[in-house]
Formats: sequence, structure tokens, C-alpha cells
Amino acid sequence: MTSDHRFQYLKEIRAIVSVIVYPVQYIVNFPVSAGKWAGDSFSSRESLMAEVSTLKTQQLLYDVRLQKLAALESENMRLRRLLDSSSKVGERVLIAELLAVDMEPFSSQIVINKGSSHNIYPGQPLLDAHGIMGQIASVEPLTSTATLITDPNHAIPVAVNRNGLRTILIGTGSSEQLDIPYFPNNADIQVGDLLVSSGLGGRFPQGYPVATITDIKIDPGLPFARVSAKPAAKLQLSREVLLVWPNKPETETSGGQN
Amino acid sequence: MAHATRGGSMVIIFLTFFAALALTIVPLPEWMVDFRPEWLALVLIYWCMALPSRIGILTAFSLGLCLDVLKGGVMGQHALALIIVTFLTLKVYQQIRAYPMWQQALSIMGLIILYQVLVMWINGIIGIQSSSWNYWLPAISSTLLWPWLYLILRDIRRHFGIR
Repeated sequence: MTSDHRFQYLKEIRAIVSVIVYPVQYIVNFPVSAGKWAGDSFSSRESLMAEVSTLKTQQLLYDVRLQKLAALESENMRLRRLLDSSSKVGERVLIAELLAVDMEPFSSQIVINKGSSHNIYPGQPLLDAHGIMGQIASVEPLTSTATLITDPNHAIPVAVNRNGLRTILIGTGSSEQLDIPYFPNNADIQVGDLLVSSGLGGRFPQGYPVATITDIKIDPGLPFARVSAKPAAKLQLSREVLLVWPNKPETETSGGQN
Repeated sequence: MAHATRGGSMVIIFLTFFAALALTIVPLPEWMVDFRPEWLALVLIYWCMALPSRIGILTAFSLGLCLDVLKGGVMGQHALALIIVTFLTLKVYQQIRAYPMWQQALSIMGLIILYQVLVMWINGIIGIQSSSWNYWLPAISSTLLWPWLYLILRDIRRHFGIR
């Protein structure tokens, strides 16, 4: 156990066992995937047409927004070049699906259906359509296990989107709450502020939404305000997740000072 | 009824373990999650009592490793807990077998609590907090489930003539 927890000696054994137990996970997940397949195959023409038309409208809206984004992106790049710090945009992504299996009750982990055969690596960020969900904890040949941002042992560097104030967000074990333990009492922060990933740890890509602040309690006797936040990602509902290969910052060797 | 061959009976036993592993990770509604019985430990204790000459420490170890990977724990965590529970079962199976059902269920409760203590102890060492009373609910649900599980598995064993 020590050799697994402290070192990585047992990685191969874990990988082998994970292939052995994959049938169990597959069987447990089967009703869910079968239900989805049946829903797809037996949906009526009308509902499909309706879905297509909504999707087309949405696509149009996104296209319009994207035109603006392209202009903004190039402007951003130009300004960054002026500041002499280049940052590439456009990360590579892969869509994975959750396996509907339950894990150890007191650690927030999930299993996804992509593994080392898809070049997934430990520490890789995991997103859904609404924000950052967590990171990959261990990679097996056919599946991988991810730790969610709500895990009590997980922390993620974030910045307040409104004013760029940096801090660290720590999980609590509850899927609806995150803690910010180190905000000074006089920090400029409001309920409803959006926290985005700051990219400082070098692990998560910069600028993705992580959480919104829900509660601020200021106790003058304590050095830090007690701030809680709600994850932006739908941690309990998402079935499709995005795996991102972030671009490594080019100035990585010049010290982590920002 | 026909007696299953040795290989055939192994397949049946393997299928019950497979079902136990699947039930351990099957998603449950939020309010039921805390009551999820320790399926694998229960089935393993049953087979230890029924076939102590064939199901033992080695089976417990390999099943424990599978459970570790399925539940995302540290390698060896559930394996160690299951080995110790199996060892104790092998020591006392002759007494437990002779008990009336309710007394049997209480002995199983003791074994399951021991199993949970071991798992919690290792969780505590690696820093996973579980300081909630809900953690002990599986011991109660497992105890309540034991008589039914015992009858079902005994019927399966008799039907296929596994000995």
C-alpha cells in the first residue's frame, strides 16, 4: 500500500487489474448506454427535427459570437506580442464519456471511458461545457480515473474574473461547495464573482470558469474571510467531458513569478 | 440434481463474485448510497463458510485488488481488509455455521465492522476524511441483508451441487 501511495511502483499492476475488472464496469454501465441507444433509435422524426432546428439556431448564434472572438483573439495576440509574452490559444481536446459507476464514497472521483490508448496523461485537466471539472488521477489502458475539484485533497489556482485577484480554491467533499481559505478580510470580492482558472500551477489551462462565489463571511477576529463558492461545471449531471491538452507556457523555464 | 464438476462450480462461484463486484459499483440514488451493503465481503464470507477448503486467503487477496481498482482506493487497501476478515472467518466458520440465523447475522456484523475499521484506518493514513456516522450504515444494511443473501447463495449452491 505504501509503495502505491508514495511511489508509483504498482502502476503496471493497477493497469492489468483494471483491464481484468473492465467487464464489471462495462456491465454496470450497460443499462445506461443501452437506454441512451434505445432513446436515440426510437425517437420520433418530429422530435429529431425540433432538435435539429434548435441546434441550427444555436450554431448560428455561436457562429456570430465566434466571428467577434476571432477578432478579439488576434487583437489579444497583438497586444501580448507588444508585451513580449506570447500565449498560444487553441488547445487540443478530446471528448470522453463518464462510466456510470460509483467510487469510494468519501473521495470525489469519476471514471471515464478513455485511457492510455488515447494518450491521456495523469494531471490532465478535465472540463465540461460549463467549466473545469477536475484532473486525471490515474490512467489505465481502457479507462482513467479523475479527481474532481470538489475532492478535499484537491486545490486549483484561480483568479477573480472581475479584477484578477489570485487565490486558491479547495474542495470540501460536497459536490456543491468549494472553499477559499486564504482571502484577506479587506479583499475586493463580492457574491456572484466568477472565478476562472489562473493557469499559475501550469496544470490547468488559463481562463476557464471554475466557480462562482456564493457566500462571504467576514469575522474581524480571523485573519482571512470565510468564502465559499459553487462549481461552475455540472459535476453531478455531466455525462460527456472534455479532456484538454493545454499548451505549455513558453516562459516556463524563467521561474514561476507572475 | 446433478453435481457440478469442479470447473463448473468454480464458474458459478466466480459469477457470484462478479455480481457482488458489479453491485458494489452500481450507481444508486443519493439517499441509498450510504446504505450500500458490503456485497463483496458478504459473498466472500459466505463462500468461506460453505467451502473453507477452496475459498480462502488467495481468493480474498485477488478480489480485494479488483475492488481497490474499481473503487479507486490505494492498491491493497481492500485486499488487506478482506484477507483479515477471511482469515477470521476460516478460524470460526464451524461455530458460525451452527448458530441460529439472527446470531449468525450478528457475527457477520462484527466481521463487517472490522472490515470497515480496516478500510477507514487506511483511508485515514492516506488522508481521506470520513468522520461521519453515515460511514457505519453499511454494517447495519449488511447485517439485515445477510439472512436473505445466505438463503439465496445456499440455494444456488445446492441447486448446482457445489461442494
